[in-house]
Amino acid sequence: MFKGIYNWIDERLDITPMWRDVADHEVPEHVNPAHHFSAFVYCFGGLTFFITVIQILSGMFLTMYYVPDIINAYASVDYLQHKVAFGGIVRAMHHWGASLVIVMMFLHTLRVFFTGSYKAPREMNWVVGMLIFFIMLGLGLTGYLLPWDNKAYFATKVTLQIAESVPYLGPYIKELLNGGEIVGAQTLTRFFAIHVFFLPGALLALLAAHFFMIRKQGISGPL
Amino acid sequence: MSNHEHHDTAHQPVHRKEMTRRQFLAYTLGGTTAFLAAGPVLPMVRFAVDPILTKKTEGTYVKVVEESKITSEPQEFKFQIHQVDGWYESDPELAAWIAKDDQGNIFALSPICKHLGCTINWNTQKDNQYFCPCHEAKYTKEGKNLRVAPNPLDEYDLKLENGFIYLGPVKPNTKV
Ligand code: HEM
Ligand code: FES
Repeated sequence: MFKGIYNWIDERLDITPMWRDVADHEVPEHVNPAHHFSAFVYCFGGLTFFITVIQILSGMFLTMYYVPDIINAYASVDYLQHKVAFGGIVRAMHHWGASLVIVMMFLHTLRVFFTGSYKAPREMNWVVGMLIFFIMLGLGLTGYLLPWDNKAYFATKVTLQIAESVPYLGPYIKELLNGGEIVGAQTLTRFFAIHVFFLPGALLALLAAHFFMIRKQGISGPL
Repeated sequence: MSNHEHHDTAHQPVHRKEMTRRQFLAYTLGGTTAFLAAGPVLPMVRFAVDPILTKKTEGTYVKVVEESKITSEPQEFKFQIHQVDGWYESDPELAAWIAKDDQGNIFALSPICKHLGCTINWNTQKDNQYFCPCHEAKYTKEGKNLRVAPNPLDEYDLKLENGFIYLGPVKPNTKV
């Protein structure tokens, strides 16, 4: 039956060449763990993406209960974690995923570094990768404030003090992120907006560029 | 004949600095696009940076304690300020360590550790110094940073009126 549906759509829209172009390639021997077990290091990029997808999905579901407001944020997180079925699991996915995504990204970067894959013609993909790295750090920073507990509050206070130490621009950067003079109501709404809309948007655009370049240039050759 | 001089050049192609049709259209389209983009973008940018551009509320002074209570030994005094945080207004309690220096001038220090922001205390180590329990920063009575912390303790702006001490905004230490 699925074949029937597929053929019906394909006759009208000719979708086969599209997905073939994206997905139908041989995996070169030197990146296939079935040939050389050590090639598992080539999986870290895909694992980073996998966890990123989990972050985006679990984050979308968290926003069904979460409220970015200084009076209610803590209570809403407490509620979604302890009263909502599987709340502990969904929050834990997001909580642990946030750290794991950094670990995977780091391992992926090590692989790229030690296989020399950043060299010509792939320099631009290294640069895009670095931008993705900074976006991830931004997501970690802005997400960490959202539960609005003591740990969140003081971690953000300290981070903004670090931002303030930037020469000349520091105080402006701090005030802009603060959304005022203190870490308060406007900081929380600001961080929420940045965490769930601005940075994920930028992240998806950069990932698209990352994958487009990989597709164009292919995976780098064996050592 | 004055026309004579121009005669030779009359048949040469004229070199005027002129714009091609294509360039003209490119500039027009570019300008229009920039204008159309600026329309929605400017309001959004101004919206986002509003907190830095709004006028800061003038530091108000709060009555804290009678002048006669102050000794050369620092003492902690609590006071409430009125705080406007976006759409929330509250009256959080702040603390100040107030003392007289050797010349008898009264000064008030902020209890927020300049290392990473924990709360300091006077003389808990029996050495007549401020001490921070978090990473063991120490400060002199005037707030000079002796260890761990990179800067001296902040100071409150202070006014004396009718025998009362009024505290204002926090500023960098002026005693050390
Ligand atoms: C790769 C992307 C992301 C990273 C690294 C990340 C990181 C984080 C971190 C570290 C926290 C604090 C968690 C805790 O204290 O337990 C958090 C909370 C949160 N995030 Fe994300 N996040 C990402 C994507 C998203 C997306 C796409 C959304 C929504 C569309 C989202 C929505 C939320 C919400 C609502 C919270 C508050 C609830 C809570 O603290 O459990 N996140 N995020
Ligand atoms: S915060 Fe006071 S010593 Fe670190």
